[in-house]
Amino acid sequence: MSRAPVRDLLVGLFVLAGLGAVAYLSLSVGGLSYGGPARMALYADFDEIGGLKPRAQVVISGVKVGQVSSITLDESYRARVRLDLDATLKLPIDTSASIMTAGLLGDRYVSLQVGGDDKLLQPGDQITMTESAVVLERVIGKLIYSGSDREKKQ
Amino acid sequence: MTALADLGFAAVRFVTDLGGLTRFAAQIGRAALAPPLRVRQFVDELFKLGVLSLVIICVCGLAVGMVLSLQGYNTLVRFGAEQSLGAVVGLSLIRELGPVLTALLATGRAGSATTAEIGTMVATEQLDALRMMSVDPIDLVATPRALAMTAVMPLLSALFIVCGLFGGYLVGVGLMGVDAGSYMSSLRSAVDFHDDVLGSLLKALIFGGLVGLIATYRGHTTVPTSAGVGAATTSTVVVASVSILIFDYFITALWGV
Repeated sequence: MSRAPVRDLLVGLFVLAGLGAVAYLSLSVGGLSYGGPARMALYADFDEIGGLKPRAQVVISGVKVGQVSSITLDESYRARVRLDLDATLKLPIDTSASIMTAGLLGDRYVSLQVGGDDKLLQPGDQITMTESAVVLERVIGKLIYSGSDREKKQ
Repeated sequence: MTALADLGFAAVRFVTDLGGLTRFAAQIGRAALAPPLRVRQFVDELFKLGVLSLVIICVCGLAVGMVLSLQGYNTLVRFGAEQSLGAVVGLSLIRELGPVLTALLATGRAGSATTAEIGTMVATEQLDALRMMSVDPIDLVATPRALAMTAVMPLLSALFIVCGLFGGYLVGVGLMGVDAGSYMSSLRSAVDFHDDVLGSLLKALIFGGLVGLIATYRGHTTVPTSAGVGAATTSTVVVASVSILIFDYFITALWGV
């Protein structure tokens, strides 16, 4: 029984190390929000979101300021994208949102162009000016058909 | 004709074993809930199953992370996508390799030891002695071991993954010259808490229960000879390893983790 306290100490250390590993995976790697900096939600409706997925980045001038938290279909069958942004941002009401692609075939992300209005967007507000994703296949398709149209005219 | 008889015999034995295992699981469940709670035995088992497996888990995690990083880099660099190395290493470790390899290692290291220990108790009639004193051997011997195995597995798996991520970072950033920032940011943006980390812990928990149950059951049903103890230990390693891999498929298919 004299070894029991040492053994208990080692078990305690093991459990602490294990829980520490779980906490690291959850909080740092897994990105579980634990309070942290305050967030604000904004909505933006798009006609076409391409391959935008939840947890995609939201950037202003290329700097990450938040992420896409959910994508749903609204009453008029447009894609309603919920953006989770840093609450310290002061965005004018004429800010516009567009869906961009990193590289030619890379991930989709949302880029915000900050406007110049005096009024600010409040949490839960909707960004009215949006620019849909460019779907590469459609662009190529248009290119092919416009090419063949021209041939017919000639 | 004998081959057919053997097949039937094997099938009957399999179903009998499955029934015995289920009954055993129910007995363990009842013993775990009913007082007395065997805290002392539980902590001792945490030491044997957890602390003593720690070194092998960390070393293997490090090695697996390093080789993943090396293989991943060599494949990704062909497509010019070596920036996503962190995502490749992180997702494969968290979703698959962490829980499965930890469970396989723990089966070999701790599961076989548990079976051998209980099997020797059976062979030397120690469990009969406990019954003589009207102490339920399932309550005193099997339950703390099975519970400790279940509790230890998620912790070991998390440690394995952290060691693996460290090893992957070491090779990817240190050796292969991937940018440290892009390694970590691709890792962080690819891994999701609900989809990946929770699923990984759930897998490890299920594997832990499976290994604990099979190891203690095999120990309890040991043929009380020295050859029987050896056979039971082998059987634990084989049965537990196979069921881990089969369960892994079904957990992934059902819950998508």
